[in-house]
Amino acid sequence: MGVVTTRLEDLVNWGRTNAMWPMLFGLACCAIEMMSTQASHYDASRFGMELMRPSPRQSDLMIVAGRVSRKMAPVLRRLYDQMPDPKWVIAMGDCASCGGIFNNYAIVQGVDEIVPVDVYVAGCPPRPEQLIDGILTLHEKIRGEKLKDWA
Amino acid sequence: MNQDQLVVDKVNAAVPGAIQEVVDFRGERTLVLQKKHLVKVCRFLRDDEALRYNLLEDIVADDMLPDFPRFAVNYHLYSIPHHHRIRLRLPVEDPADGPETLGSLWPVATWLEMEVWDLMGVTFKGNNSLRRLFLPEDWQGHPLRKDYPLGYEEVQFSFNWRQIDARKPYAKD
Repeated sequence: MGVVTTRLEDLVNWGRTNAMWPMLFGLACCAIEMMSTQASHYDASRFGMELMRPSPRQSDLMIVAGRVSRKMAPVLRRLYDQMPDPKWVIAMGDCASCGGIFNNYAIVQGVDEIVPVDVYVAGCPPRPEQLIDGILTLHEKIRGEKLKDWA
Repeated sequence: MNQDQLVVDKVNAAVPGAIQEVVDFRGERTLVLQKKHLVKVCRFLRDDEALRYNLLEDIVADDMLPDFPRFAVNYHLYSIPHHHRIRLRLPVEDPADGPETLGSLWPVATWLEMEVWDLMGVTFKGNNSLRRLFLPEDWQGHPLRKDYPLGYEEVQFSFNWRQIDARKPYAKD
């Protein structure tokens, strides 16, 4: 029988990175790239995210894929609040990160005005590789989390 | 007879003086009407056997800001039996005193008028459900008007990154 010794911190972080449940939050054209990230060609389940959950209560990663209108903003915040801790947000694409080409009254200029964003993925829309890179960047960030910060 | 011409003749015969002007642009015929004749003309266009404009496709409004009358409401009608389109155009001087609703002729008009009111602020007499349709319920103003501010935000470049970053309203956890 093999014995593995590790630190609790590492074990928890490993569990969090490799069993991430993203929430379906496709808002615009970026959602198409998010879907293909999930599908067989790019296969996000290689990185521990098996499928998108349609409910915020079952998910811990929100991928905001697309532009957020001012009318959608309260809904987005509400869904974020309904997600159980710990939770992370990826702003996918230019529109979610900073408003993109929609510099006008109707679109929120960056989803970071509503929810705290962990990783910004640039691109219009970003290719699935870029989104996967964003997810891996988020994994790196989570692996660096410290037990003393959770308390 | 040409359907375009038939419409003008028949409307002139049925409601004399309703048509102020006939405009042809790229093969599309527009009848500029007086506001008070709208419902009468529309009922005639819908019910007359030779015309039968039984589909109200869209209602849109224009804002021609420096000009007067400032607003114009356009009705796009389609005759399914005769495969023909016609556009009715109504100059509106005062958006608070807009045209009458067409909800009694085409129920869908209630929604289309709601959309026009939401984005352009033209009211429709007799339409009791003018409320926010596309915009959030607490929205101020009508954003498709030409005097509505676009709400531009300054773009963040490397030289002004810090100033904008300092005043950007970031969300709290």
